Amino acid sequence: MILRTLLLATLLALPFASAARAGDDWVPPVTDPLVKKECGTCHMAFQPAFLPARSWNKMMDTLADHFGEDASLPADKAAAIRAYLTQNAGDVVGQGRARKYMRHVAGGDAPQRITENPDFIRKHQLPERVWKDPKVVTKSNCPACHVGADRGFYEDD
Amino acid sequence: MIRPLILTIALLLGPSLAFAGDARRDAIVADYAKADAGHAGFSAQRGETLFRTQWKGGDERTPSCTACHTDNPRQPGRNAKTGRPIDPVAVSVNAKRFTDAGEVEKQFSRDCKNVLGRECTAREKGDYITFMMGQ
Repeated sequence: MILRTLLLATLLALPFASAARAGDDWVPPVTDPLVKKECGTCHMAFQPAFLPARSWNKMMDTLADHFGEDASLPADKAAAIRAYLTQNAGDVVGQGRARKYMRHVAGGDAPQRITENPDFIRKHQLPERVWKDPKVVTKSNCPACHVGADRGFYEDD
Repeated sequence: MIRPLILTIALLLGPSLAFAGDARRDAIVADYAKADAGHAGFSAQRGETLFRTQWKGGDERTPSCTACHTDNPRQPGRNAKTGRPIDPVAVSVNAKRFTDAGEVEKQFSRDCKNVLGRECTAREKGDYITFMMGQ
């Protein structure tokens, strides 16, 4: 009887435990197939919640020089991607970790690098050898360390 | 008597032939041949040279195709700028390669600029695909 109550209590508590964790180190994952494909070939398809909508608008306005790369897309695809990114941006959705990231973005600013957000920097005070790992290459390569990054999970791995 | 034999051979060969070739890839190569002035066939050897040459014409992180695709196109590669894993380019291990004309053009236009520092010619593209079809 005691055992069964304990089991029941554990089962009931589980969703809350995972929700609490999810809130801290989780952002809504990218679900749109076009965004997954077009934004996820050369690098991971970063979740739009990490930047405000005006950042994504600027990003989509400057695809011809995308961090030094010509990432131009046909107009119809670009428009669909822009709509998804801005509708799911951090200042629009504000779920999970996005809330913390958005606290550091001043009104009117349109930052382009997620890795320059103070919340990112604070959580990534790591020895130089970690960044020099041949599998890492660059700080924006989230899945090199965060195995659940594509699903929006960024626990300490 | 002979007819069942032919049928058996056809049934045995059919799947392997279908696997080795892809009509969409053939059409892409045929389009490059049409765009290649004075076309006299594509060359896997020229394609391999293109693949292995240290061009150093574009981005310093990608002096050659091998910078991301490794020396062995049958192996997975890694984007030299982002660290993103790249599926093998060799058709024998990745049958999806060079089957979507839009994707092929997009990738050539990006990669040629980064590696050679210019657009690739239709002949270079045809040679490259021909090389990868034999890999």
